[in-house]
Amino acid sequence: MKKKVEFAGYLFILPAFLVMALFRGFPILQAIRMSLYDWSIAGPLKFIGLKNFYRLFIDPKFYQSLGNTFWYVLGVVPLTIAISVFFAYLLNQKVKGQGIYRTIYYLPVVTSIVAASVVWKWLFNPDRGIFNAALDLLGIHGVKWLNDSRGINEIIFSRFGLDLSGFFAGPAIALIALMIMAVWHNLGYCIVITLAGLQNVPAQYHDAARLDGAKGWGLFHYVTLPLISPTIFYLLITQSIIAFNTFTPVYVMTQPPGGPLGTTSLVVHYLYEQSFRLWNLGYANALAFVLFVIILLITQFQKRFFEQRVYYE
Amino acid sequence: MNRKFIHIILIFCAIWVLLPFFWMLMTALKTNNDALKFPPSLIPEKFMFNNFIEAFKAVNFSRYFLNTLIMTTGTTLLVYLTTVLAAYAFARLRFRGRELIFAIFIAMMMVPMPVYLAPSYVILSRLGWIDTFFALIIPWSVNIFAIFLLRQHFKTLPQELFDAAKIDGLNDLQIIKNIVIPLSIPVLVTIGIFEIISSWNSFLWPLIATHSDSMRTIQTGLSYFAQAESTNYPLLCAASTFTTLPLVILYFFVQKQIMESYARSGLKE
Repeated sequence: MKKKVEFAGYLFILPAFLVMALFRGFPILQAIRMSLYDWSIAGPLKFIGLKNFYRLFIDPKFYQSLGNTFWYVLGVVPLTIAISVFFAYLLNQKVKGQGIYRTIYYLPVVTSIVAASVVWKWLFNPDRGIFNAALDLLGIHGVKWLNDSRGINEIIFSRFGLDLSGFFAGPAIALIALMIMAVWHNLGYCIVITLAGLQNVPAQYHDAARLDGAKGWGLFHYVTLPLISPTIFYLLITQSIIAFNTFTPVYVMTQPPGGPLGTTSLVVHYLYEQSFRLWNLGYANALAFVLFVIILLITQFQKRFFEQRVYYE
Repeated sequence: MNRKFIHIILIFCAIWVLLPFFWMLMTALKTNNDALKFPPSLIPEKFMFNNFIEAFKAVNFSRYFLNTLIMTTGTTLLVYLTTVLAAYAFARLRFRGRELIFAIFIAMMMVPMPVYLAPSYVILSRLGWIDTFFALIIPWSVNIFAIFLLRQHFKTLPQELFDAAKIDGLNDLQIIKNIVIPLSIPVLVTIGIFEIISSWNSFLWPLIATHSDSMRTIQTGLSYFAQAESTNYPLLCAASTFTTLPLVILYFFVQKQIMESYARSGLKE
């Protein structure tokens, strides 16, 4: 009898197991192996040990894409979360039409990122786009958006006679355009999650705090925020991973791929270029492996530094 | 804060969120000359509904739609099959290594796609699957998160049900069909919606797994179209509109379930 039960268990997980083994487990192990080879579209050419990692270590384009990704994640994630907390908080004030607002805010989340990229590229068009038409009305002319490779720090500090370049030039205007779209695309999800977090906070906490005279910012800062900190922490982790893996907008929106002077090249896009345009599969896997380690490290870092500030009931 | 003030801020945000949709639709209805006017006119001079047909025929969008439909349906059905079986096994059957295998599954879920992208391509080409529906469907026919979700749900079903079914002589498959599935409809709907959306919108995988025009999905098709017709904004916006529309319609019908499925997919991870 027991044997029979065991057999059924294995049989039932078999389909899932086969797919997972072939399309997750094996590729993940294979990725490690491939990173040690000079591997092209023809297959493994030569075992070269850690040379791919060494090449990566001195590859300026890799560092550029890593720097871009750093600015991108650092810009998109805190901004999206801050805005979503603000709007979730407003929506939670029992406003009329809460459902309608929520429906609207969430709409971009189900929109395909390819279609969104096509449309946003049009919005950002420097000569014909609606953003520049609006900015014209405000007296701001000729923003080049996706074609502008100048870093934001570079622009700001050049006024003070400081000449910043490379990583310290900051995210290029082109990259900032991508960041604006990313905030638009993810905001609704973050609002809905945060709103759910707020609605899970029992009313008596706020009632008690109000009785003690807390209101406005104090109430928000000392009562509401700690109570939804697990939600915010969760958003921080997942949104960082999502932002880190951004590929499609770079691919669809920026020409040449990776943007002017490579200023919108994010690591996953660089990985794609190395893999499927240049067919340096071994090198690309070294890159993928390093990327994975970086994501793990960042997640661990966030856990270390932020989780202790998360308040669990 | 003042109620009115709150509404003003909320409406401002709503306009900002809706602006790209509005502009997509308006541009889609303009003539090319009208679209290129600067400053632009908010409403088209002439409503060019023909743009949708023209964009649809400019490249093989009907084929792309069919491919996407096949991919989405195939993926979703197979996910149901693998998920229900595996979740049932993980929740209700005893076998050696059960927890370990489940833990390995969960660990694999955490690995982001870029990490195994290139090796997956190599495997697909060894199998001769490049440019086939196998490549689009089979690698995504398991959703670990769905297994996780369903396993949690199956664990909450009362043991007496299963005991009674066993006494009545039902085997595991009959139990799944007659008892477990009818009691899990909401979770199954969640999983289905999640699969439909992620499959419909998937881009990077179809981009590498297919090459020929006849195997394109609407997302890769739209991306190629955008490269080929990079300055014909009315047609691009028309194509973007009908690419987006099916999910937007779905969204308006089942928005509660969609939000819930995403919320669930998050908070329980």
